Amino acid sequence: MGLKIYDEVEEKSKLTAYISGEIDHHSAKSIRKEIDINVEKLKPTDLYLDFSKVDFMDSSGIGLVMGRYKLQSERGGKVFIQNPPPLIKKVMLVAGINKLAKIVNIDVPLSEMQKAKESVKNCDNTEGQPDVVSVDVHKNDADKNNTSENSSEEVEGNAGKENKNTK
Amino acid sequence: MPAKKTKILNEIKLSFPSLSENERFSRLAVSGFASQLDPQVDEISDIKTAVSEAVTNSIVHAYKNEIGKIELVARIYEDNVIYIKIKDHGCGIPDIKKAMEPLFTTSPEEERAGLGFAVMESFMDKLKVLSKEGKGTSVILTKKLKTKLD
Repeated sequence: MGLKIYDEVEEKSKLTAYISGEIDHHSAKSIRKEIDINVEKLKPTDLYLDFSKVDFMDSSGIGLVMGRYKLQSERGGKVFIQNPPPLIKKVMLVAGINKLAKIVNIDVPLSEMQKAKESVKNCDNTEGQPDVVSVDVHKNDADKNNTSENSSEEVEGNAGKENKNTK
Repeated sequence: MPAKKTKILNEIKLSFPSLSENERFSRLAVSGFASQLDPQVDEISDIKTAVSEAVTNSIVHAYKNEIGKIELVARIYEDNVIYIKIKDHGCGIPDIKKAMEPLFTTSPEEERAGLGFAVMESFMDKLKVLSKEGKGTSVILTKKLKTKLD
């Protein structure tokens, strides 16, 4: 539960933030803070935001990606959106955030997810290595909305709709 | 979408303070209310997202430096239409047209994307915004849900 981050030092530095639960205005603050603390420390060239365990997101999630994009850009880094479920992707496409941060679908080996989880547990013992954090984010187990089959065509259809009725 | 004489089949009214904890509460409450229409998963998600945007607007913008009351009315009309009104008595919107422009935000420092109205508009069938400076804002969202027969 929460946010799990781990560092992967290969040819390029890459940091993946595994976000879980619901992203709204209320929860975005703490998620943002935890990501930024770690980005500040590790200064990765590529920041991957994993949305696979996010079960609700409104435009606060877009703000979160936009904000990280801005910070990464200042240092010449990039942001990637990893594995968003269909309903989360729908919000992203309506906002056109994929123009700033590429949406990628990556098979995350179970072992790596495990590694991230383990690091959270061992966080206390690793001195000077706090590259993993955990944040409490609302999670509603009764509310699994990730299973619907939304194609992006549908999304575009919706986005193009004109239903203005303003007074 | 509901024409003036469409029959109201069910109605709930909620009133809660503009605490950010209530963003989640309000969308789950509406989601629970809408469930009697037997909506599809993506429809419920659309409604929750739109409600979350509207309530967040009241919390972040209408009651910027204070805690005020938010009133939510949800109705089910004939023909599978859900109606949601989110009303606050906050500062009001001086220029609604401007506020509805995608990416326009008065709170960039808070990382508001300026997409609240754009999301509400694309996820619901209809969006109506009524506002008066110093008096408050009402946002009315409606959506016709698919019936199983469709």
